[in-house]
Amino acid sequence: MVEFWVNVFLISLLVVITFYIIRLRSLIAVVALSGAYSLTAAAIFVNLDAVDVAFTEAAVGSGISTILFLAALRYLPLEEAHQTRYSGLSLSLCTIVALMLIFAAFALPDFGDPNAPAHIHVAPRYIEESYPLFHIPNVVTNVLASYRGFDTLGEVVVVFTAGIGVIILLTGSTLSMRFEKTENALDQKSKTSKEEA
Amino acid sequence: MRDNPVFRIVSKILFGPIIIYGLYVQFHGDYGPGGGFQAGVIVAAAFILYALIFGLEKVRNIMPNLVIQYIMALGVLVFAGTGIVSILMGSNYLDYSPFAYKIYKAQHLGIIIVELGVGLTVFAVMLGLFYAFTGFKPKK
Repeated sequence: MVEFWVNVFLISLLVVITFYIIRLRSLIAVVALSGAYSLTAAAIFVNLDAVDVAFTEAAVGSGISTILFLAALRYLPLEEAHQTRYSGLSLSLCTIVALMLIFAAFALPDFGDPNAPAHIHVAPRYIEESYPLFHIPNVVTNVLASYRGFDTLGEVVVVFTAGIGVIILLTGSTLSMRFEKTENALDQKSKTSKEEA
Repeated sequence: MRDNPVFRIVSKILFGPIIIYGLYVQFHGDYGPGGGFQAGVIVAAAFILYALIFGLEKVRNIMPNLVIQYIMALGVLVFAGTGIVSILMGSNYLDYSPFAYKIYKAQHLGIIIVELGVGLTVFAVMLGLFYAFTGFKPKK
């Protein structure tokens, strides 16, 4: 019962954070709030006993993403340029989609239902085999690296390709080629602050 | 702010423990929550913290761009190469069973190697993205 109310609290916190993200104009505040959003989501995952997912969400979602957003802010002005206008059409479209999703959510199996489709396919085999056969207590790692090794290989290739792609898009070449020529922002800032001092 | 001694000393103290914690998450993935993805991000975070306080130049001295690029590719190579090795040892792609005599030892070994590959790639990509975002003047 406690878990239920903790979840209710955290999810309403998510709603409040989302509301402020929409309302606030200062981009730094929005970035900070999106970090807070990820952290709250990580807390929800912990509460649902999905510790591995929570770990990833906390490290990637609220850690690195926030830093990268802040770094990307350098290319942007500090505030949103013009007032967002709310049109009736988009509002009604959002409401309709939200209602459809909520309606569809009633058809989902209950949380922790042992007869849910996700729990009767291959999951029981993973859980039964993992410790007795392989002596690996954390089934998640076993599924990721062993049973679903191909998926994880694909994920790593996706991370690699995306990283290379973004770096080439931002810099116009690979890192090593053009990096030496341009002064970078962080060091530039420290120089100016020293000059001022 | 960056000349503030509190920030400088705290970041120096934290740098080592963050990396050790990342390695713990990396190699303890079979037993507790964590694995290559999280560990890569944590280790990258240590370097980013250092860069935020001491400037990008210092970090690029110990982790140059070229090294980052090689690590990025090396991770994928380790992961995919593990599969090739298992083929060469007479098994299916990414089947770890021929790596050791006992099945659970082979499984542990395979998972640790593969997770190492994941960790290397994620670490290098995260740090490379940070370099790319902060290291260039935006074109006007």
